[in-house]
Amino acid sequence: MLTKPALTPAQRDDLRSFAAMIIPDSAEYKVPGADDPKIQADIVATLGRDTEPVREALDHLARLAGQPLAGLDPARRETVAKEFRNSGGAAAATLIRVVLQCYYRDDRVLRSLGLELRPPFPEGYTLEQGDWSLLDPVKARPAMWRRVP
Amino acid sequence: MNEAVDVLIIGAGASGAAVAWSLAETKMHILCLDQGGWMNPAAYPSRGRDWEARFFGDYSPSPNIRARPEDYPINDDNSPIKVVNFNGVGGSTVMYTAHFPRLHPSDFKVKTLDGVADDWPIDYDTLAPFFAENDRMMGVSGLSGDPAFPPTEPPMPPLPLGRSGAALGKAMNKLGWHWWPSDTTVATTDYEGRARCINLGHCTPACAQGAKASTDITYWPAALRAGVELRTHCRVREITTNEHGMASGVVYYDKDGVEQFQGAEVVIIACNGIGTPRLLLNSASGRFPNGLANSSGLVGKNLMFHPYAQVYGFVEEVTDSNRAPPICLWSKEFYETDLSRGFVRGYAFQFGRGAGPVMEAVMSEAKGILPWGAAHHAVFRRLNGHRLQLSAICEDLPEEHNRVTLDPHLKDIHGIPAPKVDYTIGENSAKMMEHGVARAKEVLAAAGATDICVNCPILYGGWHLLGTARMGTDPERSVVNEWGRSHDVKNLFIVDGSVFVTSGGVNPTSTIQAIALYIADQMKSRLANLFD
Repeated sequence: MLTKPALTPAQRDDLRSFAAMIIPDSAEYKVPGADDPKIQADIVATLGRDTEPVREALDHLARLAGQPLAGLDPARRETVAKEFRNSGGAAAATLIRVVLQCYYRDDRVLRSLGLELRPPFPEGYTLEQGDWSLLDPVKARPAMWRRVP
Repeated sequence: MNEAVDVLIIGAGASGAAVAWSLAETKMHILCLDQGGWMNPAAYPSRGRDWEARFFGDYSPSPNIRARPEDYPINDDNSPIKVVNFNGVGGSTVMYTAHFPRLHPSDFKVKTLDGVADDWPIDYDTLAPFFAENDRMMGVSGLSGDPAFPPTEPPMPPLPLGRSGAALGKAMNKLGWHWWPSDTTVATTDYEGRARCINLGHCTPACAQGAKASTDITYWPAALRAGVELRTHCRVREITTNEHGMASGVVYYDKDGVEQFQGAEVVIIACNGIGTPRLLLNSASGRFPNGLANSSGLVGKNLMFHPYAQVYGFVEEVTDSNRAPPICLWSKEFYETDLSRGFVRGYAFQFGRGAGPVMEAVMSEAKGILPWGAAHHAVFRRLNGHRLQLSAICEDLPEEHNRVTLDPHLKDIHGIPAPKVDYTIGENSAKMMEHGVARAKEVLAAAGATDICVNCPILYGGWHLLGTARMGTDPERSVVNEWGRSHDVKNLFIVDGSVFVTSGGVNPTSTIQAIALYIADQMKSRLANLFD
C-alpha cells in the first residue's frame, strides 16, 4: 500500500526555500545551507510527530506568500518570513526547530564546528577538574545556614 | 481474582521505591503497581545521533508532548508553569538533572522564623538519618564542608568543576558570594554496581551509562531481591474503601487494559503532587463524597512548583557545554530570609554548564540572538560552546488557590479523569524571581558574559510538584499526620512530594525520599498499632 508523503511537492519546495533563508550555505565556513538535499531529506524523513504542525506552518507560509516562496523577490520574501515568524505561533516554532535540529546534526556542519560525528554514548567526554583553589575563600567563610529554635 | 496483599504501593518512582525497599525487611507481602514499565537503557537518547531532537519528542519532559502510553494528560493551560514529569519504573528520577540538595533546617520552621505559611510537624534533625541513608542508597557525589549547610558526608567525591564551574566560581568570588559544588546523584566512582560518569552530558532525559541514580537501578533491584513484587503497566483508577471507612484496595487497569481489583491491608500513595490528588479525588465515593482523605478540603490545594528564573549569557572562553553533567554548582547566598530584599524566604542558584548544538540553536533563535541569513554562521560559532547559565529556584509559598482538580472533560487512555492545574505565581515569589534575575545578571557580568537572556519563569519548569496533600497535626488543616498517615483513613499513607508543608528553595527529590524512608520507619515501629 502506498503511504501518503508527509509533505506535498509544493510544501517541500517552500520548506527548502524557507530553510535556506534561515541558514544559507557558507563558503567561509565550508558548510551547506539548510536547503541542502541531504538535510532536507533528513527533515522530511524524521518529521514524525512534528508532521502536523509543520504542515500547518507551511500552509500558513503559503497563504502569506500567495505563491511559491522561491518565486518572490528577496525583499518580499524577507517581509513574508518576518510576518510568518511573528504570526505563526507554535507551528512556526516547530518548523524552525526541525530545520535547526537536522542542520546541526549533519556531519559536514558538525565537522565545521569542530564537533565529533558521534552520539555521546559510549565514549563520553573528558571533563577537566578545574581550579579547586577557587573554593578556598568560600571554605573560609563562617557557617551561614540559619539556626532554628 | 488477585490475592490480597499486606501493603500496596501505588507508584514506583522516587518515593515509592524508597518506601518499598525500607518496608521489605518486615517480610510482609508488598506489591507495587506502576502505570509504566521498566526502562530500556539501550534505547536512551544519548546512544543516537538524534539525541538532542528526542528531547522535543518521545523524551520530552512534558507528558503532554511526550504522550507515551504510560503518561496521562494534564490540563495546565491555566498555569504560567507547565507540569513536567516522567512515568515508568523510576518515575521522574529517570528524567531529572540529578541535582540533590536537601531542604535546610529553616525550611521546616517558616512560621516560627518568618511568620508565613506553616511549620512542618517534623524537622531537619528528624530526617537527618534518612537523608544519610538515602544518600547511600541513591549514591550521592559531593563535597563536605559547605558553610551554607549542616555537615553532610556524601559517599563519593564531587563532580569536577570543569571549565564552566571554574568560570562561574571565579565570578562568584569577585562578588564575594557563596557557591559550592552541587551534591548530585551522578556517580563519580563505580558505585554499587553502577558505572562511573563518563560525561555523556545529556543526563536529564535518562543516563545510558547508568551513572545517574534513578530508582529503577538503585532502590528497585534491592527491593525486588528482598521480595517486593512490582507489577508494571498497571494504572490505578481509584482506591476503594470498606464499611469501616478503611482502604480496602484499588481498582486498576492491567497491561491489557482489563479492569482488576487488588485488595490490601495498607495502601501507600507515591504518585507525586499531581498524581496523588488526582487519585484521591478520583476515589470519591458515597462515604467520601469530596474525595478520599479530604475532610480538610485540602486535597489538591496549596500546589507549589518552585518558579525558576533562568538567566544565561555567553563568554569568550570555551565552556563545558553538553560535554558534562548539566548542573555543576549551587549558591545559597540568597537562601535565608533577609527582609531588606523585599520578600520573605529565599532561593538557591543552580549553575548550568551549557547546551548542545541543537539546543543552543533552537533556544538562541527563539530569543532572537541567533539571526537568520548570512550572519547566522558567525553568530552561532560565537554562542555555541560558550554558554554560562544559572537559575534562581525560588521558594513557592503555599496558597490554596493554586490547586489540582479533576478536569471535567480531559481523560487518559483508560478514561480516567485527568488533572487540571490552576496556578498563579504569588507576589512574594514574583519579587524573589525579580531579585534572582538581577543578581544572576551581576554574576554573568562578573564572568564577562554578553547577550544576556532571561526565562522568567521557565515555561516547562514544573518539575517539583509539592504540597497538595500536606502533612500536619491538625486534621482540619492537613491531609496526613506527622508520619504520613491519612487523618481520615487509618490505613492510607502518602509518601511523595504532596506532603510538603512548604517548598524550600531547592530541588526536592532528596527530601521526598528522606520523608518516604522516615514514614516507612514510622510504620515499622508502629506495626502493632498502625491503625490506632
